[in-house]
Amino acid sequence: MVTTSRRAMLKGTGAIAIAGALGAPALVRAQDKTLRIGHLGVMSGPEASWGLVNKYSALATAEMYNKRGGVEIDGDRYRVEIVSVDDRNDPRLTVSGAERLMGEEGLRYVIGPNTDTTATSVRPIAEKNNAIYIPYAFDKALYSPPAENAILGMIASYQTARAMYRIFYDQRDVRRVAYIARNDSDGLYQRDEGVKVAKKVGFEIVAQDIYEPTITDFFPVVANIVSLEPDVIIMSAVAPAHCPQIMRAAREMGYTGLFSAESAQDIKIINEIAGEYGNGLVSIGGASTPEIRSEYMDEFIEHYIGVAGEWNDEAGTKAYALEIILATLQKTGAAGIDDISLYKAAIPEFSMKNPFLKEDATVTYVGMDDFGQLRQIGVPMVLTETKDGEFTTLAIAGVAS
Amino acid sequence: MDQVLVNGAILAASYALIALGITIIFSIMNVLNFAHGQMFMLGGLTVYWVMTELELPFAVGLIAATVAVGAIGMFFEVFFFRRVIRSATREENTMLLAVGTALLLENIALSLFGEKHRGIPPVISGVHRLGDAFIPSNRLLVFVVSIALIALVLIVVNYTKTGRAMRALAQDRTATLLMGVDAHRISMIGFGLGAALAGVAGALLISVSGINAGIGNAISTKAFVMIMIGGAGVVSGALLGAVALGFIEAIGYAFIPGSVTYLLIFTGLILFLLIRPQGIMGKPWG
Repeated sequence: MVTTSRRAMLKGTGAIAIAGALGAPALVRAQDKTLRIGHLGVMSGPEASWGLVNKYSALATAEMYNKRGGVEIDGDRYRVEIVSVDDRNDPRLTVSGAERLMGEEGLRYVIGPNTDTTATSVRPIAEKNNAIYIPYAFDKALYSPPAENAILGMIASYQTARAMYRIFYDQRDVRRVAYIARNDSDGLYQRDEGVKVAKKVGFEIVAQDIYEPTITDFFPVVANIVSLEPDVIIMSAVAPAHCPQIMRAAREMGYTGLFSAESAQDIKIINEIAGEYGNGLVSIGGASTPEIRSEYMDEFIEHYIGVAGEWNDEAGTKAYALEIILATLQKTGAAGIDDISLYKAAIPEFSMKNPFLKEDATVTYVGMDDFGQLRQIGVPMVLTETKDGEFTTLAIAGVAS
Repeated sequence: MDQVLVNGAILAASYALIALGITIIFSIMNVLNFAHGQMFMLGGLTVYWVMTELELPFAVGLIAATVAVGAIGMFFEVFFFRRVIRSATREENTMLLAVGTALLLENIALSLFGEKHRGIPPVISGVHRLGDAFIPSNRLLVFVVSIALIALVLIVVNYTKTGRAMRALAQDRTATLLMGVDAHRISMIGFGLGAALAGVAGALLISVSGINAGIGNAISTKAFVMIMIGGAGVVSGALLGAVALGFIEAIGYAFIPGSVTYLLIFTGLILFLLIRPQGIMGKPWG
């Protein structure tokens, strides 16, 4: 019988390990370096989908880069790692989460959070720790001087409204609009900004109702609005969970007009809850409708499904954050990983091909018109309309500068 | 006005199922079940799973939700609450345990069903008119089933031996034990019944508004408001609280400009509790 001593066994294992390390492809060894990116957002409670979609998008993007050997910065390859914290949409938890990510962990780039209140609470921590963060909140003060560490990750509701309302007025003969807003700072802010745009366009505003975020039955709320016979019901800061409920309640009471949401929605939820009443919703989407998306977007969707279990259209607007952080760091070089002043300096000249669109388009930083400085990711503004259980592309625009 | 009354009646019927469940648990065990909303949520998600994954009809989902959530309630009573009540020296311990079970159920649901809102198509489609009011068939079904279930629960509580034992336990625990009632068994059944009512309410309402893993706290808050209005631990109080909240909501959304309905409800509730802390029908807290 052949026996192996313990010493021989250890020697053999060591030799195999060394041989493996030396023989491994350069690509794998290069991934010893890690680039850690933070994610802070609401991932539990009624708004869980907002933060989770951010997280899943970042994880899917990181997986795509890591599969190719990591992101290359200054000739070195970095494995991308996402460090995620749930703030439960509570500013107190947002503050402790930001302290942990930006302070204790020393991360300089953080995706999130998701609402005006939580994003505002991050500002002093980001400034103290010299960190950049990418909120999905629309309060202009976050992105306007003297604030300079926040970069808006998507198209703001008031920017969407300008394009959307013009289409309503010119192409759909809309004249009478009714607002129904979620009763929190985001909902009321988006409604007020939307009303300003609506007045400029020349709409008659027939209602400005609100509802509690904890609502479980929209029938009583919507009954009022339907009786006023608007041409479009505009749902300010509406969560994907609430949008189809409003649509179904209104349609069941005989409403035949349009709906609009200046935030991204989810077609699966619309189909499940609104069903046959799901047509006629105009909302903002990502570059994910089949007619405009690139092969890279297909790959992103595949990875997203791998991470999250199923696709969520909302991810089409949130696919850009990590892509642009990594692409900007490639411009700044490795020094930018720890020094955000280099990142800020790179913003004005930054430009990359939009990887998610079929057609040739670029992504830059924008925001001069609304914020007075380039503090917004210039994602394309894709307006979609629901038809027979699918999102169809209604128009593609963008924020000019 | 017709629409307001119809909305109020439908809201009240579904709220009554929720309030009945939480008040049965409170009256028998003196436990404020903070996980009641999460049990509602699990009931809805069970129906979703049965209909979308197993492709079985709604009725099967409704039964599955009732049984599954009722069983979870019994499990909680036997393995968690019974032990804590026996060993704890402070009443707050059961409240903390209830909060813990709420978080547990919420996170399990989040892991199993994800973050998305889940819904099912209306069980029956079509819309009826009653005067000037619209009544979708599906909401009418929910209303009728809710009323039937409430009647069934009232019959069980008032006219069966187990129901009488539950009421006796709620009125005087020591005297009930002296009469030879198996308090452990009755508590387990009571907790299971309360949980099952939350589950069946969620199972019905998923066909109206859908359910997500995070909806529990909102439901629990409404349940607390209802039993605070009607009186904690009293079945008639829970029903009264549900009717009051249903109609206040419907009237408020229809007639108060800007719909500050819930602001007024909570303000009114605070003032009401200052005058009558035990609720309209209930015994005083503690």
